[in-house]
Amino acid sequence: MKQRHSQPYASRYPLHSPIRYLSALACLSGSALAVSVGAAQADTITVATVNNNDMVIMQSLTEEFEKAHPDITLDWVVLEENVLRQRMTTDIATQGGQFDVMTIGSYEAPIWAERGWLEPLNDLPADYQVDDLLGPVRDGLSHDGTLYAVPFYAESSMLYFRKDLFAEAGIDMVEQPTWTQVRDWAEQLHDPDNDVAGICLRGKPGWGENMAFVSTMINTFGGRWFDMDWQAQIDSPAWQEAVSFYVDLLDNYGPAGASSNGFNENLALFSRGNCAMWVDATSAAGKLFNPEESEVAAELGFAPAPVAETPKGSHWLWSWALAIPTSSDAKEAARTFVTWATSQEYVALVGEREGWTSVPPGTRQSTYDHPSYVEAAPFASFVVDAIRNADPLDSSLEPNPYVGVQFVGIPEFQAIGTQVGQMVASALTGDTSVEQALAAAQRATERTMARAGYTD
Amino acid sequence: MTTSPSTASAIRSAPAAAERGAAAQRAQRWRKLGITLLGWGVALTIFFPIFWMILTGFKTEAEAIADPSLIFTPTLDSYVEVQERADYIKFAWNSVVVSFGSTLLALLIAIPSAYAMAFLPTKRTKGTLLWMLSTKMLPSVGVLVPIYLLFRDIGLLDTRLGLTIVYTLMNLPIVVWMLYTFFKDLPKDILEAGRMDGAGTLQEVWYLLLPLTLPGIASTGLLSVILSWNEAFWSLNLTTSQAAPLTAYIASFSSPEGLFWAKLSAASTMAIAPILIFGWLTQKQMVRGLTFGAVK
Repeated sequence: MKQRHSQPYASRYPLHSPIRYLSALACLSGSALAVSVGAAQADTITVATVNNNDMVIMQSLTEEFEKAHPDITLDWVVLEENVLRQRMTTDIATQGGQFDVMTIGSYEAPIWAERGWLEPLNDLPADYQVDDLLGPVRDGLSHDGTLYAVPFYAESSMLYFRKDLFAEAGIDMVEQPTWTQVRDWAEQLHDPDNDVAGICLRGKPGWGENMAFVSTMINTFGGRWFDMDWQAQIDSPAWQEAVSFYVDLLDNYGPAGASSNGFNENLALFSRGNCAMWVDATSAAGKLFNPEESEVAAELGFAPAPVAETPKGSHWLWSWALAIPTSSDAKEAARTFVTWATSQEYVALVGEREGWTSVPPGTRQSTYDHPSYVEAAPFASFVVDAIRNADPLDSSLEPNPYVGVQFVGIPEFQAIGTQVGQMVASALTGDTSVEQALAAAQRATERTMARAGYTD
Repeated sequence: MTTSPSTASAIRSAPAAAERGAAAQRAQRWRKLGITLLGWGVALTIFFPIFWMILTGFKTEAEAIADPSLIFTPTLDSYVEVQERADYIKFAWNSVVVSFGSTLLALLIAIPSAYAMAFLPTKRTKGTLLWMLSTKMLPSVGVLVPIYLLFRDIGLLDTRLGLTIVYTLMNLPIVVWMLYTFFKDLPKDILEAGRMDGAGTLQEVWYLLLPLTLPGIASTGLLSVILSWNEAFWSLNLTTSQAAPLTAYIASFSSPEGLFWAKLSAASTMAIAPILIFGWLTQKQMVRGLTFGAVK
């Protein structure tokens, strides 16, 4: 006969205590999950931005905006530039609608506008004073004459130098330096025993890193990325000359490990007094002039970016701008925010709260006319001239079919620029010769362009 | 009194034996010391990046990027700034909910499936297990767009529920595999005894299988929590502001322009602190679980 227990199995054995904990945890997490699926507020706008200093200031002024616009709340998504670009591209290409305001560069603006991903911004209020925006910056953010993003800050490139070292060596800075002069000066000032490199330049590979700088050298040495039939020109004599010059300059008079230096690394080197010269973004000027961030603030000199064969394209033009994706469901609120963050009032607000060297530069003529800014930022006129003279539509000696000074405004350029950047970096480290690197870069670019349908 | 030759030789060899014993003891002591030093060396090497990160969080930005130095005046500036710029608690809570939620969900699904495969195997069990593991071989970015579109359409973008589901699916193969291994080590007789006692399948699992393999389940759960906590690809791509966990919090302090290493280190230290403490507290269970069934 089958034996039967008087008690059910469950009550004969006490519940194992860890299992009890597990169950409790399950209930806790379950309830947390249930709470988490909440509806978003109707007037909350999500702003995607990068972690640059000017954007950090914008974020810190959230309260000011919300005070002035009590019906709008700001939510921030701050990511590193490349991560943000990938994140925003995924969202905008799939019309995900996760962002109401996107921080984009002058590279993306026309490409995304052409695809119908961005809201046109052609009927901005009169008090926004759209004509006050600097022409080249505005053009860079337009497509077919319509503005699709409003500039938050813009930059060009220029030459920074140490006035004390120049004076010691008896060198006088000229109004418009040439690359040959820069090489001679770098030779004189290079002093590795005292940890001073003759010149610091970008070497870290990437389309927005070494190739931003190298492209301006190629332009001024008379080269271009593509001819009018979209045939790659990377194996041309101008490229050979420019890249050889760049590699020799950094190899002989650059800091150790130059191939891993990008903007940040060079900024740190220059601020600590380890570079006699540095050619890079004008947006570094505010940081280098700030004695709290820079040990060479008192000795800082600046000059236009060096030229070679032609002044065309010798200095770049880049802007970070705010755009509204068509997938946003709070377009009006987003428009209110982008016009506020790029307005004259915003510039004045930052000037008063953070100091005038901290205002977002390069976007409005009124900033450069403001006496407080002119007084606080001695580099102001250089920057505005550099931006005004940069022409993204005519950036090379021979005609080219693309928009952009230090980039080519086509979707394929990110991949091309980064690949070529890696090859240039390998020439810099000595892994390959300049000839080999450029020949490989030419072949790779030709392949990409043929695959994309630009060439046969 | 006479002594036998063997006793004599034993007496003669006694000092030699004592010496040999002492030498062996010395050698063993040295070996022990060597192993201890090696252990410490390996541990310190593994811990060094974390140590350096914690140290950098207490430096100024200028010191953080200067030549490496152990001597500096510690400052909390980076922690203050990091706290001012982002709501740590919100990100941390999202991490807790998502990693523990996904682990529980994964265990709920994996326990029955591992049970079935361990105790009621068929000729396709091995194939099924391998197929499950093969899903881990696909790079995540390959399925980003389909999952993004799916989540957009069912409204799961930027929700903790959405991220929990993705993490559950992401860790499920590993969880099933680990549980399967632990369950396999359990003698079938114990379950049979339970069945003889009148236990049904559920009771068998709840009252016998789970308590007996709890160290294994705990270490599997802990591993799943840690993997979810540190996951950065999906959390960066599927969340924006509401459900963003600590990985997104860290990512927001990296910058292409300006100095950020001290702030990034401070943010990273704060991000790993909860899971580090959790790891310490559960170290015993983890080691027990990972060595469970190793010696038979």
